[in-house]
Amino acid sequence: MLSKDEALTVYRKLILVRLAEEKIREEYFKDEMKTPVHLGIGGEAISVGVCHCLPEGATTFGTYRNHALYLAVTGDSDAFFAELYGKLPGPGKGKAGSMHLSAPKHGLLATSAVVGTTIPVAVGAALAHAYSNVSHVVAVFFGDGAVEEGVFWESLNFACLKRLPVLFVCEDNGLAIHAHASERRGFRSIPEAVRAFDCHLAGDDGTDVVRVIQSTRDVLGKMSEEPKPAFLHFNYFRFLEHVGPREDFDAGYRRRPGPEELERLDPVLRFEKELLKIGLTSREIESLRKEAATRIERSAEAAQKAPFAPPSELYSDVWA
Amino acid sequence: MGVKSLITFREALNLALTREMEQDPCVFVFGLDVADHKRIFGSTEGLVEKFGRERCFGTPLSEDAMTGVAVGAAISGLRPVHVHIRADFLLLAMNQIGNMMSNLRYMSGGKLKIPLVVRAVIGRGWGQSAQHSKSLHSMFAHFPGLKVVLPTTPQDAYSLLRASIRDDNPVIFLEHRWLYDISGEVDEDEPAHLGQAVVRRAGEAVTLVCTSWMNVEAMKAAGVLARSGIEVEIIDVRTVVPLDEETMVRSVNKTGHCIVADYDWTFCGFGAEVAAVIGQRCFGRLKRPVERLGFAAVPCPMTRPLENLFYPSAPTLIRVVERLLGLAETDLSGESFYSYEQRFKGPF
Repeated sequence: MLSKDEALTVYRKLILVRLAEEKIREEYFKDEMKTPVHLGIGGEAISVGVCHCLPEGATTFGTYRNHALYLAVTGDSDAFFAELYGKLPGPGKGKAGSMHLSAPKHGLLATSAVVGTTIPVAVGAALAHAYSNVSHVVAVFFGDGAVEEGVFWESLNFACLKRLPVLFVCEDNGLAIHAHASERRGFRSIPEAVRAFDCHLAGDDGTDVVRVIQSTRDVLGKMSEEPKPAFLHFNYFRFLEHVGPREDFDAGYRRRPGPEELERLDPVLRFEKELLKIGLTSREIESLRKEAATRIERSAEAAQKAPFAPPSELYSDVWA
Repeated sequence: MGVKSLITFREALNLALTREMEQDPCVFVFGLDVADHKRIFGSTEGLVEKFGRERCFGTPLSEDAMTGVAVGAAISGLRPVHVHIRADFLLLAMNQIGNMMSNLRYMSGGKLKIPLVVRAVIGRGWGQSAQHSKSLHSMFAHFPGLKVVLPTTPQDAYSLLRASIRDDNPVIFLEHRWLYDISGEVDEDEPAHLGQAVVRRAGEAVTLVCTSWMNVEAMKAAGVLARSGIEVEIIDVRTVVPLDEETMVRSVNKTGHCIVADYDWTFCGFGAEVAAVIGQRCFGRLKRPVERLGFAAVPCPMTRPLENLFYPSAPTLIRVVERLLGLAETDLSGESFYSYEQRFKGPF
C-alpha cells in the first residue's frame, strides 16, 4: 500500500504519460508529427512504477516504446513534444524523434529502435559505475521480443559474471509486432529460462502500478543485500497497434478483450480505483487529470510553435 | 624530443597502452585473450600485472554485447580499449558499431561523448582463409561518426594509438599482423593527430596512396623501380577517417599520376573514394586515370599460390607503375618479395 502523498506522485506521472499519448493519437493524423510512434498505452505502470523506486543517481535505458520512460524520468512534456514535432527544443534537437528519446541529465542515456540494442550498453554503464566504485543502479527496459536476441543472453551472462547492479526490466506484452509468444519461443517461459543465471528474479502483473512498485522495491532490497543483477518480468496488454495511433483488434491476429477485461488491463483505471480506496475523491482525481491535460495542451502547443533546427544543425553533433 | 628507442610495432602498441593507462585511470583494456598467456601477439603484455584485473580483463565470447559494454562504459565517462584478435570478428558487433557508437552523439543532440577505441588485427598469411583476413576499413569508414586508423610504423602504432585513446570519438584501429615484427625508432613524446597523412618516400614520377601493409609493399616496389630511375612518391594515409586530402592532392598535382594501393576490396572501397577525390580535385593535372589496387574480388583463399594472387603486392604495383608510364617490364626474376616464409623484419 502506498501513502497518499506517494500515490499522488505516482498518479501525476501515470496520468501525464497517458494523456501525452492520447494527445499524440489526437494530433497524429494532422501529419505534423512526422515520426513513427510506438505507443505504450497499457504498459505505463511499468516505467512509472520502476522509475519511482530507483534511487538517486540511477541510470536508465529503453527502447523505441519509450514515452512512459522518458516522461517518468524527466517529467518534461515540453521537451517531449518538441522532439515529436521534430523541433529544436527537443532533447535530440528534432534529429532523434520518438524512437530515440534520451535525457542524459536525468540519467536516461539512450533508447534504441533496434530490439535489444541498449541492453549491453546498460551493462557497460553499470560496469563503469563498478569500475569507479560508485554504487548506482542501472535499469534497462526492453520487450519480450528482445529475449529472442542473442545480445540479451550475452549481456545477462556478463552482468551476472561481473555481479553488476543492473535491473533488467522485461515489459512482456506477448507480442513481437504481430507475432505471438507461442510462435516465437522454444522455451517454456521467460522467467524459467532466466532462472539458470545467477541473478535475482521477480515479476508481477505490470498493469498494477502498486505491484510494480512492490516488486521493484523487493528486488532492489535484495540487490543491496546480495550484489548481483536482477531480472524483473512484468506482463501487460498492448492496447494499440505496434506502431501508430490506432487500435488494431480488427486485423485478425488478436481478439478485442471484453469491456470488463479492458478495464482490468488499463493501469490508469486500476490505479484510480486504488486512489479512491486510500481516500481520494473522484473530484480530486478529476482535478489531477485536468492539471495534466492542461500541461499537455501547453506543451503540444509550444512544440507546434517552436522552430525547426536551422540547416547548420544537419552537420553538428556528429563529432565530439 | 623525448625518450627514443628501437622497438617493434607490437612493443609500440604495448607502450602506448601502458603510458595511457599510467596517465589516465579511466583507460581500461578488455576483450577475448587480452589477459591470457599469449596477450594478443604480445601487445597487451604486462598490463594485468601492472594495472590489475579491473583494468585489463578477458571476456565471454560475446562480441556484440561486449561492444555494447564498451559503448556504455564510454558514455559513462571511461575510455575503453576493446581488442579483437581478428577484424573479421567485428562483423558480430556491427549493430553496436553501426547503430549505436556511430549514432549516439548525434541522436543525443550532442550531449553524449563516446571515447572508445576498438583495436582489431588484420590477419594474413599461412592459410588464414576467408574469415581471418579481412580489413573492413572501407566499410567502417562508410558510417559517419567513426574514425578509422591504420598505422604502419612502430612510431605510428604508438602515437596514433595514444591519439585514438585521447580522442573523444569512437575509433576503429586496425593493425596488420605482419607489421607486428617491424622494428623502428619510437619517440615517446612525438604527438600525432588523427587526420594527417605522411609522405613515406618522396618522388616525382607517380603518387602511390597506400594503407597499412601496402606501404611496405610500396616501399619494396619503390626500391626496385628506383634502380631504373623511376622515383615514386608514397603517401601513407594513416587515417582513413578523417581523411587528409591535401597531402594526396599536393602530391598528385606534382606527379600527375595516382595509384591507390589499398589493403581491402576495391569495389565500393576506399580506393574508389581516393579515385573520386583525386578525379575531382586534380582533374586537369592527371595524365592518366587513377589506378586502383586491392584484394581480388573473391573471398580470401587459403592455399598459398592463390592467396598470393588475392593480395596486391610489390610486383603487381611495379607492373601498374610501368604500364601507367609506358615503360617496359623490369626483369623481377632476381628479386625476392615478402611472403609468410620471408617476412619483413624491418626497420621500416
